[in-house]
Amino acid sequence: MLDNYIPIFLMIAVGVLFGIIMVKLNEWLGPKRPSEEKLTTYESGMEPVRTARERFSVKFYLVAVLFILFDIEVVFLYPWAVSFKSLGWLGFVTMTVFVVILFLGFVYVWRKGALEWD
Amino acid sequence: MDILIASTKIAVVLAAMLTSVVFLVLVERRMSAFIQNRIGPNRVGPYGLLQSVADVVKLLMKEDIVPAKANKPLHDLAPIISIAVAMTTFAVIPFGNAIELFGTTIKLQIADVNIGILYILAITSLGVYGLTLAGWSSNNKYSLLGGLRSSAQMISYELSMGLAIIGVILMAGTLRLDVIVEKQTEYLLGWLPAWNIFLQPVAFITFFIAAFAETNRLPFDLPEAEPELVGGFHTEYTGLKFGLFFLAEYMNMITASAIVVTLFLGGWHLPYADMLGLSGFALSILQVLTFCGKIVLVLLFFIAIRWTLPRFRYDQLMSLGWKVMLPLTLANALVTALILLAF
Repeated sequence: MLDNYIPIFLMIAVGVLFGIIMVKLNEWLGPKRPSEEKLTTYESGMEPVRTARERFSVKFYLVAVLFILFDIEVVFLYPWAVSFKSLGWLGFVTMTVFVVILFLGFVYVWRKGALEWD
Repeated sequence: MDILIASTKIAVVLAAMLTSVVFLVLVERRMSAFIQNRIGPNRVGPYGLLQSVADVVKLLMKEDIVPAKANKPLHDLAPIISIAVAMTTFAVIPFGNAIELFGTTIKLQIADVNIGILYILAITSLGVYGLTLAGWSSNNKYSLLGGLRSSAQMISYELSMGLAIIGVILMAGTLRLDVIVEKQTEYLLGWLPAWNIFLQPVAFITFFIAAFAETNRLPFDLPEAEPELVGGFHTEYTGLKFGLFFLAEYMNMITASAIVVTLFLGGWHLPYADMLGLSGFALSILQVLTFCGKIVLVLLFFIAIRWTLPRFRYDQLMSLGWKVMLPLTLANALVTALILLAF
């Protein structure tokens, strides 16, 4: 059973190794001539203003929270989608009720303006 | 023995993908040049065929600059995550039917797992880490905004992507990609191949749009919108570390096309091919070629879209994802289930 996953682990290992080798190869082959100006943060040629470690729009957090909420819904739909024929109408009605409740939440989020970007 | 076969398959697939990226980049540059009435790269090798190879060598010889204020370990880690994810997604995609070789039957799929689609969704969502870490670790405002934008965009469209696939799973009743392709080899009304594009048109269109957004391609390339964010998350990357992001983007494009082909365009199925009277081995080869041909067509469509459409504004992008695609795909899943149960 778990044997089927060995090629996947092998492939992940190859991918990670490929990345590491390429990064190291570049570090090794490329020239090394650092200067203070070269190592400053790029800001279109201007003197950098403060750092980038600052507060940013809360909207991004909101999107992340909403994503988790609806992604869990999607994950619940998958097992049902695989076996919905054996679950029949009862399964369908149960799932519809579940989706409708979540959709009400979605409408609430929409009405509250959480999906607006200004 | 199994390990040997698996390693061979991995080597062949990865080699094929890396070579296709080399040519895909060239095709994209030549095609964009054609669309914009330019000539495009044609100096390195015949017809410019070696242009991408020259670019890789050039990137390899460039200085690897890590800004003084950047977080060095994460700055190195980000491109590695991106490329590892891009290289592993292909593992579960069947690129042909089982093939008879030296008396053994070999399945043309690297890992034959029963959770195929879930694996693809899981691995592709890991790709977000690469972009977000690249944006954050650079300690550059452009990079940070680019990284945040790309993660918000990718997770938003992942929802519609997951929901669009539900329609396909309902038709097939399984998460195995080889079975999903096999179901599509039947015929509707006796002549139309039962590809999911005909059975699930809404899912196909929404999935295709989401695939554009997931690969950060125009019209969804907000993460690296040049006029406002310079290079986006890879502003502070030089040399081959930038090259790895570039490579990952193109590999993701190939994988996304392969997924579209597998789920909606019948995978390796060539309609009426079994009537040609070919031997089993020749038929298998023909099917692999069919699969590659379909991927090439989807890729050409990707490129043509990139050079003909303008970019979305960020609020338009988010409202398309949340207000149009999400309800649409949800309704599609429920309506599909209703129709399947009623008949």
